[in-house]
Amino acid sequence: MDKIYAHPGSLRNTTTHYCPGCGHGIAHKLVCQVIDELAIRESVIAIAPVGCAVLAYDYWDFDCTEAAHGRALAVATAIKRVRPQNIVFTYQGDGDLAAIGTNETIHAANRGENLTVIFINNAVYGMTGGQMAPTTLAGQKTATTPLGRDVKIQGYPLKISELLTQLPGVCYVERVSLQSPTEIIKAKKAIKLAFENQINKAGFSLVEVLSPCPTYWGLSPVKSMAWIKDVMSKEFPLGRIK
Amino acid sequence: MTGNEAIAEAAIRAGCGFYAGYPITPQNELTAYMAKNMPENNRVFIQAESELAAINMVFGASAAGVRAMTSSSSPGISLKQEGISYLAGAELPAVIVNIMRGGPGLGNIAPSQSDYFQATKGGGHGDYHSIVLSPSSVEEAYGLMFDAFDLADKYRNPVMILGDGMLGQMMEPLSLKPGKVIHYPKPWALIGCQGRPANIIRSLLLKDGALEELNLKLQKKYKAAQEKEQRWEEQFTDDAEIIVVAYGGMARIIKSVIRQFRQKNKKVGLIRPISLWPFPVKAFAKQTRKKVKYLVVEMSYGQMVEDVKLAVNCSRPVEFFGRAGGAIPAEGEIIAAIKKLEK
Ligand SMILES: Cc1ncc(C[n+]2csc(CCOP(=O)(O)OP(=O)(O)O)c2C)c(N)n1
Ligand code: SF4
Repeated sequence: MDKIYAHPGSLRNTTTHYCPGCGHGIAHKLVCQVIDELAIRESVIAIAPVGCAVLAYDYWDFDCTEAAHGRALAVATAIKRVRPQNIVFTYQGDGDLAAIGTNETIHAANRGENLTVIFINNAVYGMTGGQMAPTTLAGQKTATTPLGRDVKIQGYPLKISELLTQLPGVCYVERVSLQSPTEIIKAKKAIKLAFENQINKAGFSLVEVLSPCPTYWGLSPVKSMAWIKDVMSKEFPLGRIK
Repeated sequence: MTGNEAIAEAAIRAGCGFYAGYPITPQNELTAYMAKNMPENNRVFIQAESELAAINMVFGASAAGVRAMTSSSSPGISLKQEGISYLAGAELPAVIVNIMRGGPGLGNIAPSQSDYFQATKGGGHGDYHSIVLSPSSVEEAYGLMFDAFDLADKYRNPVMILGDGMLGQMMEPLSLKPGKVIHYPKPWALIGCQGRPANIIRSLLLKDGALEELNLKLQKKYKAAQEKEQRWEEQFTDDAEIIVVAYGGMARIIKSVIRQFRQKNKKVGLIRPISLWPFPVKAFAKQTRKKVKYLVVEMSYGQMVEDVKLAVNCSRPVEFFGRAGGAIPAEGEIIAAIKKLEK
């Protein structure tokens, strides 16, 4: 019999600290599958964010550094500039990438840094207890928007991916979702393309991943997946943006 | 060469492979020198989008095993503090140059020594120290840059060069002597995990006792630095009854004042700390004569004076004179302060 599925070699064989139904675990696996398929594990340098995925380096079996909250793309920029022969990627949440780190994100993209960015949009701050994120939907209740996000007071969900497409240095932006097996397969393809772009020195590539946070959405894992499909992806449409 | 340019040239000669900075007066010549000369030497120069980005770029380059530095002036250095704390926590070498200006706030661009506390007492969050070196001439700034990169690699710790606007802008003749450049093995660096287990650079340590363990390791390192890396210059301390303590640009003015006293056979001497952290307590321990009194002079309202008091452990009188906010203690004022002590 042929083996058609196996644990990715670059994903450590351990249990994670993520909540049941969390999307981070799926996204980690996709990244590791792509790295294995492209046979780049030994040249990868990853930058973990500050957020729920801060411990990604406990799960990934390749060189990895932490970065201060929001600064992953500054750290990545320097690593790639001094070691262009390595494959460098950041993995960041919406607070990390699109609130505290917006400046680093826009400028790394605008410099056209030859990097891969995996951007996990779960519409909340998971690690600190479910506060409003820049991507929180209008009306969505969080710890800091107890009555729901009022766009007149807290502004609109920030579509950083769409913003980035305006920059000539950006080569590829796609929004994918973890809501179903079909979408997960598409997500993997997008992640693979984002790494291949770097291998081909094509410039800045970003994949935004709509990812469930059942804990702070107050939904079951199954209902979280349905919420991405029915609600979240209406605000954040899936597909290639650039 | 100006002090700013000498620092930049020395960095390149010391093997600095990465520089990131954000413009701020009075250190812009340093950044401009790097912009021109780093690429010419096949090194990486980036004008960062902010000081936050610059220090975190330094973090990245250092994590990849490359000698890395940034420079700025007071307000910019404040922004870098989080990054410096992360460097210390992750035990990454880096060199940070602070060409101090007047504060607080946006302050002004005149020379100042008001960032002494920030530089020597940690500056960012957590129990850490940067090694801090203070040059008082262009030539010394050039030489100390080699030491700064060496100490950073040796201790895997951030090292700060603390200068002031006077030093940065001042032009002095300089012989570009080759400095000591040791290549330290960096098995911890992130270069891809080919042929070895994956390397991880982190400062988040959640397991029971793990963070205390890191802190104890850091404390051991700081203790070793305190034993081995104290540096200072002294003049006329053998017989001095009044020892003036000053560092950096301030010490130059003091030297000229002391010459005037010596010409009149007045027993005035100088201790000029070069390493501000570790503070050169050994220089003070040597002064066992009963008669010695100290006068600390700073371009601040009294920061280093606290370390001098600790160093003499209240066994001798320690007086202070200082001005800040861009004001520089004048010779006449210093002479008057010394005369007051003579009584
Ligand atoms: C400078 C700084 N400010 C605030 C924090 C606290 N903090 C940690 S993670 C986080 C937000 C994380 O949210 P996100 O990036 O969306 O990632 P998630 O946890 O949802 O995966 C915050 C505010 C910090 N660690 N550092
Ligand atoms: S809080 Fe949300 S994002 Fe964080 S681990 Fe739990 S489910 Fe995942």
